[in-house]
Amino acid sequence: MADLIVFLVLLGLGYGFGQYFERRHYRSIRKREAELKDLLLIQTKIIPPAYFNNYDTFLVNGSVVISVDYFKRFVAGLRNLIGGRVTPYETLLDRARREAILRMKEEAQASGADAILNIKYEMCSIYKGRRNKIGSVEALAYGTAFVTTNVQTKKSPSHENITVTRSGTKPSELTPAV
Amino acid sequence: MIISNLELIPGKRINKHLGLVQGSTVRSKHVGRDLMASLKNIFGGELKGYTELLQDAREEATARMIEQATSIGANAVLNVRFSTSSITAGAAELFAYGSAVIME
Repeated sequence: MADLIVFLVLLGLGYGFGQYFERRHYRSIRKREAELKDLLLIQTKIIPPAYFNNYDTFLVNGSVVISVDYFKRFVAGLRNLIGGRVTPYETLLDRARREAILRMKEEAQASGADAILNIKYEMCSIYKGRRNKIGSVEALAYGTAFVTTNVQTKKSPSHENITVTRSGTKPSELTPAV
Repeated sequence: MIISNLELIPGKRINKHLGLVQGSTVRSKHVGRDLMASLKNIFGGELKGYTELLQDAREEATARMIEQATSIGANAVLNVRFSTSSITAGAAELFAYGSAVIME
């Protein structure tokens, strides 16, 4: 009987706090994503030719460890019996990845980066709870940030510059400002 | 020292390849942190202690990789990759590797 009460209390706590934390986290993710949407993530290994002469690259990364709550783990356990989508874990991984990307972007923006290239994700279940149930996951995102050292291009570091060079401007025609 | 996860940096020529360099470290947190983590496992949410632990460890692994690259005379490490594996509850191995090159 006592066991059952403990179990139900844990389930209730997990449900209440878990939902609250998740909703709060999603709100903060959406807000920061809107703030940082100007920083381009380019999933190629090529630096736009406009920047050839004046740029600097460095590695940036962002990581987060997020834990699943008791209620979700219970629901996922039930799901394992019948199969199908495990929605509680889907949101967990989604939150972890988006948070990692945001932290990477924040780090890049603090150094004045114009874009981040070649982003790689890495996931790892870092802490396994009792009986080897997955307790939490780590998400890591990393990429190469690049900063233009040219004063002129630094003012408008978005699509325009890239399209201009595609339509014929050679890198050598962009004279360095310094 | 240029650290990048691009395979080539345009506009800069690679003069010599020096092969793979790597750095790794295994870290764990003290029991207090583990206790906090198991509590958090009930409520859900971010485990700040572990995030910090992994971030520190990753920096350490990168530093070791750079140290190795410097010792063989490289001035850049390209195509850097990170990898994480959990060994037991509360301990993790962080591994960073890349190819060391001499750039002009």
